[in-house]
Amino acid sequence: METTDPKHLYDTQQAQMNILAFWFLIGAEVVVFGCLFGIYLAVKSFTGDGPGPEELFKLNEIMVSTVILLSSSFTCALAIYFLNLTKKAWTLLFFLITIVLGLGFIGLEIREFTLYVGEGASISTSAFLGAFYMLLGTHGVHVLFGVTWIALLLVQLWLRGINQETAPKLFIASLYWHFIDVVWVMIFTVVYLIGKV
Amino acid sequence: MKALLDYFTSLPSDILLADVSFIIIAVIICYLLTKHSKWEWLWGWITSTDHKKIGIIYLLVSFLFFIRAGIEALLIRMQLAFPNNDFWVFQGDRFNQLTSTHGTVMIFLVATPLLIGLMNVIVPLQIGARDVAFPFMNSLSLWLFISGGILINVSFVAGGSPNAGWTSYAPLALNDYTPGPGNNYYPIGLQVAGLGTIMGGINFIVTILKMRAPGMRFMRMPLSTWAMFITSILIVYAFSALAVALLLLTFERLFGTVILTGGEGNPIIWQHLFWIFGHPEVYIIALPAFGIFSDVISTFSKRKLFGYPSMVFAIILIGFLGFMVWVHHMFTVGLSTNITIFFALTTMLIAVPTGIKIFNWLFTMRGGRIRFDTPMLYALGFIFTFVIGGVTGVMLSVVPADYQYHDSYFVVAHLHYVIIGATIFGVFSGVYYWWPKMFGKFLNEKLGKWNFWTFGIGFHFTFFPMHIMGLMGMPRRVFTYPEGEGLGFLNFISTCGAFLMGAGVLFFMINIYITTRSTQKNTLRDPWFSRGRTLEWTIPSPPPPYNFARLPLVKSREPLWEAYENGYKNIDFIGEYEDIHMPNSTSLPFFMGIGFLIASFGFVFEIWVIAIMGMAVVFLLMGIRSFQHKSGIHIPKEVVMAEDKGAED
Repeated sequence: METTDPKHLYDTQQAQMNILAFWFLIGAEVVVFGCLFGIYLAVKSFTGDGPGPEELFKLNEIMVSTVILLSSSFTCALAIYFLNLTKKAWTLLFFLITIVLGLGFIGLEIREFTLYVGEGASISTSAFLGAFYMLLGTHGVHVLFGVTWIALLLVQLWLRGINQETAPKLFIASLYWHFIDVVWVMIFTVVYLIGKV
Repeated sequence: MKALLDYFTSLPSDILLADVSFIIIAVIICYLLTKHSKWEWLWGWITSTDHKKIGIIYLLVSFLFFIRAGIEALLIRMQLAFPNNDFWVFQGDRFNQLTSTHGTVMIFLVATPLLIGLMNVIVPLQIGARDVAFPFMNSLSLWLFISGGILINVSFVAGGSPNAGWTSYAPLALNDYTPGPGNNYYPIGLQVAGLGTIMGGINFIVTILKMRAPGMRFMRMPLSTWAMFITSILIVYAFSALAVALLLLTFERLFGTVILTGGEGNPIIWQHLFWIFGHPEVYIIALPAFGIFSDVISTFSKRKLFGYPSMVFAIILIGFLGFMVWVHHMFTVGLSTNITIFFALTTMLIAVPTGIKIFNWLFTMRGGRIRFDTPMLYALGFIFTFVIGGVTGVMLSVVPADYQYHDSYFVVAHLHYVIIGATIFGVFSGVYYWWPKMFGKFLNEKLGKWNFWTFGIGFHFTFFPMHIMGLMGMPRRVFTYPEGEGLGFLNFISTCGAFLMGAGVLFFMINIYITTRSTQKNTLRDPWFSRGRTLEWTIPSPPPPYNFARLPLVKSREPLWEAYENGYKNIDFIGEYEDIHMPNSTSLPFFMGIGFLIASFGFVFEIWVIAIMGMAVVFLLMGIRSFQHKSGIHIPKEVVMAEDKGAED
C-alpha cells in the first residue's frame, strides 16, 4: 500500500474503478452544463427592460479571469506531472498555485456580479439575466467546490505523502479541475464573445 | 398547550387521521423494537454496506411508498366512483394534491427504487462479484433516496403537498399560481432523491464494467444484468437533465428568476427539460423489468433464451431511441410540423425493438416445459398487458390522433398499462423469483396465485374502461364529471377494479407476513426445481456476506445449466480459498441523508439558516469521509472455507 514507485500509483483495482466512475460523472456534468447552455441560448434575446449582453459585458475584465483560470489548469497539469514523479514538495506548490488562481477567479466573478447587480441587472430583471446567473453561478459553485476539495486533498498529501491512496484522489481532482476549465472556455465563447457580437 | 390543541382541532380530518395513524405506527414500531431489543439489529441494517441488505432496504422502503401512493389511488377512485360525487375532502385543490403526489411518488419513489433495489441484490450475484464497486456510495444512494422520499411524503402534513401534477408544468407550478411551500417540496425532494439515483447509476455501470467474474464476457451476461447496465447509462444522462430542470424550478420559486414565466420567459423550456428526462425514465423503469422477465421466462420454460444477441441489441436500441422521442409528450404544444413528424417516427420505431423482445419471449416458451409458478404467471400477464399498452402507445404516436387523445383518460389508461404492466408486474415476478435467494424461504405459492389473479384481473377492470372514457372525452386530472354523459358506469367499474387490485396487494402482504413467521428454511442453492441457469443459483440461499467463497469460472452464457447438462451438480470455482476483504459498515451515509433532510426543509420553507446548517453537515461529513482510511475488514480464509464446506452438505 505504501509504495512510492511512480509506476504503480494508479494500479489498484479501486483506483481504476474510481477514475472510471469519475469519467461517467463528468458525462453527467456535461449534460448538466449542456442543459444550462440550452436554457441560456433559448432565452438570450428575452432581455425585457434590463440590459442585453452587449451593454452588460466588459470583455477586458473577463479576459483577465479567463487567463487566470486557464493558467490554473496549466499549474494543475504541472502538479500532476510532479505527482507522477513522486515529488511531494513540487506537487504541493503547484496545487497551491492552482488553488490561489481558483480563488482569484472566484473573487473576480463575485466582483463582476456585484457590479452588474449595482447597475440594476439582478437575477429577476429578465429571463436572459436569470439564465446568465444560473449558468455562471453553477460554474462558479463548481470552482469553489474544486478549490475546497483540492485544499482538503493537499492536507492529506502533506500528512500522508504520495501513495496509492492519495495519488488517485489528486488525479481525479485534476480531471475535475480541467473539466470546469473546459466549461469556462465554452462560457467565454458562447456567453461573452457571441454576446458581444 | 391550548394553542397546540386549537391547531390540531383546526386541521382537516384527513390530515388529522394521517397524523394520528403515523404516531400510532411509530409508537408500535418503537415498542416492538424495544421489547425484542432489536435497536442494535436495526442499526446494523442502517449502517450496512452489503449490497444485498441495501437492496432489501430499498425494496422495503419503496414498498411502503407504494402502499401510500396506492391508498391515494383508492381515494382518487372513490371520489370518481359516481358523477357529481363529494367524497370526504377530496375535491378541487385536495384532489389535485392527491393526483400530483400519487404520480410523483409512484414514478420516483416506487417504480425506480423498487427496480434499483432488486437489481442491487441480483446484479453482483449474476456477474460473480463480491459486492458493488462502491459500497459506501451505494449506501449513500439509499439514504438520499429515503431523504427525498420522506420530504415528498411529509409535504402532506407540513405545508401542503405539490398540486401542479406529477409533471409540475410551468407556469402553473410557479409562485404566481401555486404560492406557498407545497410546490417547493417537488423540486427539492426530487433533487435529493435524484442525486442518489445518479450515484446508483454510476455505481452499477462501474460494477458491471469492472467486477465481472473471470470469463464473464459481455455477451455472456444474463439479461437482467444487461438491462441494468443500459438502464444505468440512461439514469446517468437522464437524471442529470432532471437535475437542471429541478434547479431551474427551484430558482423560479425561491430566487425570483423569470425564465419559465409566460410573459418574460418561456414555459416550454420546462416541458423540454422535463421530458428529455421523462421519456428515458420510462425505459429506466421498463428495461430492468424486461431483463427480469427474460430470466424468469427462460428458467420456467426450461429453455435457453431465444435470440440472446437480438435481445441485447433490442435493449441497446431501446435505450438509444429512448432519448430521441421526448417531444411526443408535447405534440399539442404546436412546435413546427417537421419536428413533430421526426418525433412521431422515432416513437413508432421503438415498437420494433420492443416487438423483437416480445417475439423472443414467445419463442423461448415454444416447446418448453413450462411451469406456471407465480413469477411465470406475472411474466405471462406482462406479455398480455404490455402488448395492449404498446398498441395504444403506437396509436398515441400518430400526431393528428394525439390531438384527440391528449390529456384524456386514454393517456391515463396507456401509461398505467405500460408502467404497471412492465414495472410492477416485473417487480412482483422478480420478488417471487428471487425471494428464496434473498431469504432462504419460498413465498407461499397459493397466496402468490391469489395475489396474481386478483391484482391482474383488478388491473384490467381498473384501466381498460379508462380507454373508453378517454375516447368519450373525459379529461385527466378532473375531480368530478356530470351525470348523463355515460361516464358513471365505466368509472364505477374502474373503482371496483382498483379495490380488487388493493386486495391483491393485501394478499402479497399476508404472504410476506406468513412466510416471515414460518420457520421452515429452504437452504437449497437452486430452489426452483434445479432449473437455475445463471450464477446467482450456484451459491447458498441466502448468500454469505461475500457471496462467492471462491470466484466462479464462467465458460458459457448459462454456466449453471451447462454444468447440469454435463452431469455436474454445480459449476467450477477457480483458485484457492483466500482471505476476503469486505468494506466496513458505516453510519456516514445515514447522517448525510439527515443533513440533506434538514437542508431541504430549510430550502422548502426558505429559512436559510437551517438550509446552510444542513448543507454544512453534509459537507463536513464528506470531508470526514475523505480523510478516513478505508481499511475494511478481512474474513479469514479458514472461516470462508468452513462456511463453504458447511453449505455444500
